[in-house]
Amino acid sequence: MAKILVVTSGKGGVGKTTTSAAIGTGLALRGHKTVIVDFDVGLRNLDLIMGCERRVVYDFVNVVNGEANLQQALIKDKRLENLFVLAASQTRDKDALTQEGVEKVLMDLKKDFEYVVCDSPAGIEKGAHLAMYFADEAIIVTNPEVSSVRDSDRMLGLLASKSRRAERNEDPIKEHLLITRYHPERVSKGEMLGVDDVKDILSVDLIGVIPESEAVLKASNQGVPVILDDQSDAGQAYSDTIDRLLGKNLPLRFIEMPKQGFFARLFGGK
Amino acid sequence: MNLFDFFRGRQKQSSASVAKERLQIIVAHERGQRTTPDYLPALQKELVEVIRKYVNIGNDDVVVALENQGSCSILELNITLPER
Repeated sequence: MAKILVVTSGKGGVGKTTTSAAIGTGLALRGHKTVIVDFDVGLRNLDLIMGCERRVVYDFVNVVNGEANLQQALIKDKRLENLFVLAASQTRDKDALTQEGVEKVLMDLKKDFEYVVCDSPAGIEKGAHLAMYFADEAIIVTNPEVSSVRDSDRMLGLLASKSRRAERNEDPIKEHLLITRYHPERVSKGEMLGVDDVKDILSVDLIGVIPESEAVLKASNQGVPVILDDQSDAGQAYSDTIDRLLGKNLPLRFIEMPKQGFFARLFGGK
Repeated sequence: MNLFDFFRGRQKQSSASVAKERLQIIVAHERGQRTTPDYLPALQKELVEVIRKYVNIGNDDVVVALENQGSCSILELNITLPER
């Protein structure tokens, strides 16, 4: 049975699109036919992160309005055989999506794909609501920072009450916490919330920790999902996250500070 | 913590632990509000008005709280009357 996964956070700029691109690409790398759907109508960016911005002809809103069919709007990834992108519309306003329209598109995608990854816009308005409404599982992207953690908690409340599963009294959406832009050195200095702090506050199962990494900007500059940079720390952390999502039990990596020598510890490095 | 920090004596509470404390408080508070129906503030306001017809009380002298215990909801009213 196909699964609908939403990547959400409440707060903007925490790494939702980076994560959607990495998760979708990672699932396709593991052999699952996957589509990533951009719900950020008016401010689309998934196409840029995936490197397919010049191949967008029809978008999500065109399909909802019947101006194009799904096959015309789905953009096939150039690198992976079983990966597709459905871009958001850049010109329409954010009310262009309707619940019925989104439901029809998602149900059609479920027939064809194993995973439908929904990249939610920031905020808690219509786009964000529709992105999570039909979800089976949710990845809540959180930075170790007060406003992001608080907004994530708000999203958890909405996932539990305002989704189709909640309204139909079905099993709740399975929630996974993904901490991004983690800085082990600052955590050890007491300048940043640690993994356990964020877990304690939100009490959600942790699926991964992505370190703050130069590789993320480098990847987005080039339009390559960072998970394809398998030499980078962030790429490897996302790869571990995919394995956990698929049921493997892996220890967390990149959450400890690199070891300092004896003298550095004694006299303080920098 | 290095040698110099050690001689300087323990630093005061780190900013991360301040953040954690603040978040734990605000998140618990907001979770509580999430489950309370939105008519409670209006109910409290009207109760104050009714009671004021008979006794002079302040706006904060009526506390309304809704508690859920399993399948049972308890509406708790706490009214502080002025001293005579």
